[in-house]
Amino acid sequence: MAALFGRTARQALCRAPNGVCCQQKANFSFKKLSTGKKVGLGLLGATTAGAVSVGAALQYSVSAMDLILHPPHLPWSHSGVLDSLDHASIRRGYYVYKQVCAACHSMDFIAYRELVGVIFDEDEAKAEAAEVMVKDGPDEEGKMFERPGKLSDRFPNPYENEEAAKAANNGALPPDLTYIVKARHGGEDYIFSLLTGYCDPPAGVDIKEGTYFNPYFLGGAISMAQALYNEIIEYEDGTPATQSQLAKDVCTFLKWTSEPEHDIRKRYAIKFFALMALITPLAFWYKRFKWSVVKSRKIVFKKY
Amino acid sequence: MSLVSVVYKSVFRRSSTFALAIVAGAFGFERIFDPTCDAVFAYINRGKLYDDCKATFAAQGGAEEE
Repeated sequence: MAALFGRTARQALCRAPNGVCCQQKANFSFKKLSTGKKVGLGLLGATTAGAVSVGAALQYSVSAMDLILHPPHLPWSHSGVLDSLDHASIRRGYYVYKQVCAACHSMDFIAYRELVGVIFDEDEAKAEAAEVMVKDGPDEEGKMFERPGKLSDRFPNPYENEEAAKAANNGALPPDLTYIVKARHGGEDYIFSLLTGYCDPPAGVDIKEGTYFNPYFLGGAISMAQALYNEIIEYEDGTPATQSQLAKDVCTFLKWTSEPEHDIRKRYAIKFFALMALITPLAFWYKRFKWSVVKSRKIVFKKY
Repeated sequence: MSLVSVVYKSVFRRSSTFALAIVAGAFGFERIFDPTCDAVFAYINRGKLYDDCKATFAAQGGAEEE
C-alpha cells in the first residue's frame, strides 16, 4: 500500500508539466526594444543613479559643529585583537589618576578589590584602600562616622554631590571617569589628544574667563585647565614622567576601568579562533559527507 | 583487524562506551586545549600581564615603604 502510494505520489510530483514552464520567459526582453527606447532607458537609469549619489553625498555635508579636530589613531599596546592591556602602564596610570585627576573627577564604579590581581596584590590593595577615609554608619548612637577604607569600598568622590562639584568648578560638572573611554567618540585616542592638545586659541577665537582652548573639545572651549605637565609626579618604577607618558598611562588606566573584562575577552578570543579553526573544516567535511549521497544519486524514470 | 575497526567495536558500537568516550574526550580535550591557548595568550602578551609585572611591582612597593 505504502509502495503504491509512494509510486503514485512520485509520478504525480516528478512529471514535467507540458509547456507550462517555458511560456512566461519571452514576455519582456531588451532585444525587442527600439534603439531610442534603449537610449531612453539608459538615460533614466543614469539619472536615477546620479540623483541617488548626489543625495548620498549631500548627507555628508560639512556643518559648523563638525569643525573640531578629530583625534588620530594611536598605536596602543592593547589595540590588537589579541593584545592585552599593559598592566605596568595601568599601575602608573592609577597613580596619575589618584594624584591628578581624582582632585576633581569621581570614579564611582570601581572598588579597591577590583585592583587586586590587576595592579596590586591583596596587601597592597588593602593598604591603598586604608589611605582614604570613608563615611560609614550610623553607629549605635545614630551618628555617621569616618573609618579607613576597606577592599569593598569604592573610590572616594571628591565632592559630596553634583551641585557641590559644579559650584567648585565654575559651573561645569567634571564627568565621572569610570566609563569615560566608552562614553566619548574616539575612546582613549580622544582622551589622550584632549589631555595633550591644549594650546593658545587661534586669532579670532574668543575664549571666556574660566575656560581654556582645546581643539579636540567640541566647541573648542573646555572648562578643565591643562592638568598634565612634564614631571608633575614621580613614577615609582623610574619611567620618565613626561606629559605624553602621563597621558598614555592614565588613558590605559581609564581603558581598564571602562572595560575591566578586556583581558579575559581577548583570552577567550584565542580559544574561540582555535576552536573555530578545528570546527570549520569539520563542518565543511560533514556537509559534503552527508550530501554526497544526494549529489551523486541518479534517478531513473521508467514508464510502466 | 585495523585500528579503526578495533576502536569501532570496543568503543563506538555500544551507546554506554560511546557516551563514556565523549565525556572522557571532552575532559581530555579541555585539559590540553585551555592551557595551550592560555600559554599562547601569555606568549603574545609577555611582559604586559599582571603575572609578568608582579615581581617589579613587589620591588616597587618595598622601595616605597623603606
